[in-house]
Amino acid sequence: MKVDLQQVEEAAKELYIRALKLLPPDVKQGFDALAQRETDAGAKRMLGTMIRNIAVAEDSDNLLCQDTGIPVYNVWIGRGVEMDGVSGVALKEAIRRGCARSTREYSFRSSIVHPTTRVNEQNSTGRGIPVINIDFAEEETLVIEMIPKGSGSENNSWLRMAIPAEGVDAIKTFVVDCVLEAGGKTCPPTIVGVGVGGTADLCMHLAKVAATRPLGSRCEDAEGAKLERELSEAVNLLGVGPQGLGGDSTCFAVHVETAATHITMNPVAVNMQCHSARRARATFRPTGVEYGY
Amino acid sequence: MAHYDLACPIDETQVRQLRVNDSVSLSGTLFGIRDATQIHMFDRGRKTRFDLSGQAVIHTAPNVKKVEKTPEHPAGYAPVCIGTTTSDRMERFTRPLMQQHGVRLIIGKGGLREDSLKSFQDLGGAYLAIIGGTAALETTWIEAIEDVDLDDLNPESLWRFRVRAFGPLLVAMDSHGQSLYSRVQTNARSRRAEVLRKLGVR
Repeated sequence: MKVDLQQVEEAAKELYIRALKLLPPDVKQGFDALAQRETDAGAKRMLGTMIRNIAVAEDSDNLLCQDTGIPVYNVWIGRGVEMDGVSGVALKEAIRRGCARSTREYSFRSSIVHPTTRVNEQNSTGRGIPVINIDFAEEETLVIEMIPKGSGSENNSWLRMAIPAEGVDAIKTFVVDCVLEAGGKTCPPTIVGVGVGGTADLCMHLAKVAATRPLGSRCEDAEGAKLERELSEAVNLLGVGPQGLGGDSTCFAVHVETAATHITMNPVAVNMQCHSARRARATFRPTGVEYGY
Repeated sequence: MAHYDLACPIDETQVRQLRVNDSVSLSGTLFGIRDATQIHMFDRGRKTRFDLSGQAVIHTAPNVKKVEKTPEHPAGYAPVCIGTTTSDRMERFTRPLMQQHGVRLIIGKGGLREDSLKSFQDLGGAYLAIIGGTAALETTWIEAIEDVDLDDLNPESLWRFRVRAFGPLLVAMDSHGQSLYSRVQTNARSRRAEVLRKLGVR
């Protein structure tokens, strides 16, 4: 299958607007599950309003949230995908163009500024943005996933270079303390993404992968999956609740991703995804492009 | 737990009636304000031509579309999606907003801190919580973008919206020293030890 840059650009454009308007089914189910279990009347009402908002966005063809986020594109190049003279740089440029066109053509807010001058180019792009992560896959497809990462949750990101003598207790304590520190600022209920192991930067990246994974998915590492189960239950005993105003529904789930680390290291990172846990996906096959989540 | 339908400007007596857990719906004028707006107003000496006395401000930076100026869109902007941002970053602007401009109500999400609570108590103000991330719904409460100032900061301009039945919003911080956020935080922190014990942390 040959990569068509024009198709990639169109998909990058479509994915951004789709992600902003349509919440994935697993997140909708996550809302229903929380609403069913919630025992606090005020929190239940708030969850009801959030669920209503999803329907209003669909009915009025509007954005779910005003925050158009930092655009993140995850690309998986599968088996038999031929770049055929197309450079990887050109692929990234096509995604970048699609991202900028989406902002202009759909007239939504560009949330991206230069970090020191704070100048907004009004096209959702800038130096190093969109974030584009490229990886490889076994399937005979090219996959592009788009995540508009909201800033309320992104502003609550933490890394702790714990030491081996602190053990798994350090990881558990850190996650609980981050959730307490975040309070209502992350727009709970959230998906709490936890990175365990690796280097400092890999650990933080794992936390982001965990925070943006579909609800219902499990960590492939059995140790990570065990932590997910324990922490998901624990976090929802804290009583932070939707919007930090009290209740059982502090998180949809805690997701964990792990990597091996150095004998002297025990790093743990937390990155959260707000309740508007948006993502969209385009799968390129020889037969055409298919959109989903 | 009373409900109030308010139209700004409001005075000190009206705002001091509000108690945490009451609800409020707003009609009429509402101003949109954000990080950059307040950095320019309070750190860089920019002046606004708007009179914010007795008014409500919302922490927002809306999605808007530039259109022809018409009676429906007097500022030349059509609302696309208008929501609310995390208030905490703008904590230090509460007091000057109230002291220098006479703002009475701040609408946001996630809450403000001790100094804002003290400002509400000292000067007569309240914080109204909106449910963050529900912007599609919130947009249906906005009738028009009536005017805009400091528009070089777009989307973080100072916006003047006309709203109808904007809410219900929850009084989450009042002028009597009460904050629902502090209550929830105190309660959550009191559960920390028990939660860690259940996790087997020694």
